[in-house]
Amino acid sequence: MSGASGGLSGVVPGGGGSRGTVSGASGGVAGRLPWVLVLPAVAGMLFLTLPLAGLLIRAPWSTLAERLGEPQVLEALRLSLVTATVATLVCLLLGVPLAWLLARVAFPGRRLVRALVTVPLVLPPVVGGVALLLVLGRRGLVGQWLDTTFGVTLPFTTAGVVVAETFVAMPFLVISVEGALRAADLRFEEAAATLGASRWIIFRRVTLPLIAPGIVAGAVLCWARALGEFGATITFAGNFPGQTQTMPLAVYLALETEPEAAIVLSLVLLAVSVIILASLRDRWVSGP
Amino acid sequence: MTLNAHLVVTRPRFHLDIELEVAAGQVVALLGPNGAGKTTALRALAGLTALSGGWILLDGEALHTLASERRPIGMVFQDYLLFPHLSALDNVAFGPRCRGASRAEARRGAAAWLERVGLAGYVAAKPRQLSGGQAQRVALARALAVGPRLLLLDEPLAALDAHTRLEIRSQLRRHLADFDGATVLVTHDPLDAMVLADQLVVIENGAVVQRGTPAEVARRPRTDYVARLVGLNLYRGLATGRRVTVGEVGFSVAEHLEGPAFVAFRPSAVALYRTRPDGTPRNLWEATIEGIERHGDNVRVHLEGPITASADVTPAAVADLDLTSGQRIWAAVKATETHAYPA
Repeated sequence: MSGASGGLSGVVPGGGGSRGTVSGASGGVAGRLPWVLVLPAVAGMLFLTLPLAGLLIRAPWSTLAERLGEPQVLEALRLSLVTATVATLVCLLLGVPLAWLLARVAFPGRRLVRALVTVPLVLPPVVGGVALLLVLGRRGLVGQWLDTTFGVTLPFTTAGVVVAETFVAMPFLVISVEGALRAADLRFEEAAATLGASRWIIFRRVTLPLIAPGIVAGAVLCWARALGEFGATITFAGNFPGQTQTMPLAVYLALETEPEAAIVLSLVLLAVSVIILASLRDRWVSGP
Repeated sequence: MTLNAHLVVTRPRFHLDIELEVAAGQVVALLGPNGAGKTTALRALAGLTALSGGWILLDGEALHTLASERRPIGMVFQDYLLFPHLSALDNVAFGPRCRGASRAEARRGAAAWLERVGLAGYVAAKPRQLSGGQAQRVALARALAVGPRLLLLDEPLAALDAHTRLEIRSQLRRHLADFDGATVLVTHDPLDAMVLADQLVVIENGAVVQRGTPAEVARRPRTDYVARLVGLNLYRGLATGRRVTVGEVGFSVAEHLEGPAFVAFRPSAVALYRTRPDGTPRNLWEATIEGIERHGDNVRVHLEGPITASADVTPAAVADLDLTSGQRIWAAVKATETHAYPA
């Protein structure tokens, strides 16, 4: 949680923070701004915001509605929303218990497992895609068995998109939920135990509600990461319109043929990001 | 005997080894300074801390082999630990639900319990909307709602302000009187212990240093800690007949004793003199004033010398005698004001 939330909260109050610094320094004792800091700070701010401004400036506002209505765009949008949501559900189903295990159960090699689980966080997504292919591909270690036993093939299918997104996004959820679990007061669980609650009941009726804000924050981050997934998806699931072509893939493809469509798709992704950021910020300000 | 326990918990730099017996309907208070092991003992009874040795028998049944959730206990925690996401009603209904009651049944029982502790109007309130005293009562109702045979209370009044404490203490006393199982209470407040408990077990450094009824313990403290708690000066000396020698100070006492003995007296029984008073040389010693502080309506004077003692004098006496820190002074206690008993 700390890494991801730290990054986000660093971005969100950044604008307000820089304003505060200016007024604070001018009213302070020193009276003069240290230009050595201010100049790179302003440059950094411009560097981060200008591209977004560019996107807004160059957007084909007049034909926006029309472009958004194009079946190809709608298809990519629908596919992205569906796969990201399913991937988030899978992450919740597997990630919350995994976070619980890491936070609550002392087992040998726990530190190693925690490190391994967070590898996809720093791993280049393309590498993740290659790794997935090697394991779940038709001739992969597990994929071969899946194919012969169940007749299931994951690569280059919509399910494959979900697998790729889940792989890349789950660490966000695990880290967020594990952080919430570590911060939660264990004594509530003890109190529940003295009232006769089994470990499962304690988890379901005490632990889960207590860490709900952490789960929501983790799920939102997870969903946002899945929505923007590119590298692992294109490597593992390919780029078939309507089947595996999600928004980021469509943006990349459209950039070569129809730059305007790419801009429109990018705008949609930008809007989603801003909405997520705003909702998370509320969550963290009002949350415990 | 309802509860019979021998609790042994060994940790690095800490060892708890105490025996406890609590009859049905009886309230036993574990009293002791911070870090003495009272809470550890209570957690061991609840199954939240594993025993390193010993046993817990409740009505002859072994409890120490059961997990917390299988023990017939109810526990009130120091800061109550009401589940913040559940209403007062659902907090109280939680235990019965876990122990197999249907939702409706559990809620009916919980509502009855809330009424019993005087919180019928707070059924839907969330813990954060409750005052300290109300939260304490919900916590008590939650612990009793499971119909425990052993009730465990960890500093049940410590988190309350002085006024609420007084009120809740008398209510708690009433509820404990109604409870027919065994109750073990942990506190560091002698008043809570005296008011609520039938038996006191004083623990220091993980071992029992004294046990008895509150009156016995208050009258015959056996350690400095207990003596300080009940506000007595306490010394260990050697008795021959009606005389007890504590270091170089001789006390004449009312009781006839031989061998090691305790001498106890109230700070208010100590009289201070600027010059050596005439008469008996017993019960008299020369001391240095270490400190002077307000104590209720009186002034408490801390004395160092052959024995360490506290003396309570009136503010007028402080002025008359012109008492100051570091001053040499004579202290005396009347034989009739001392209380001696075998050590």
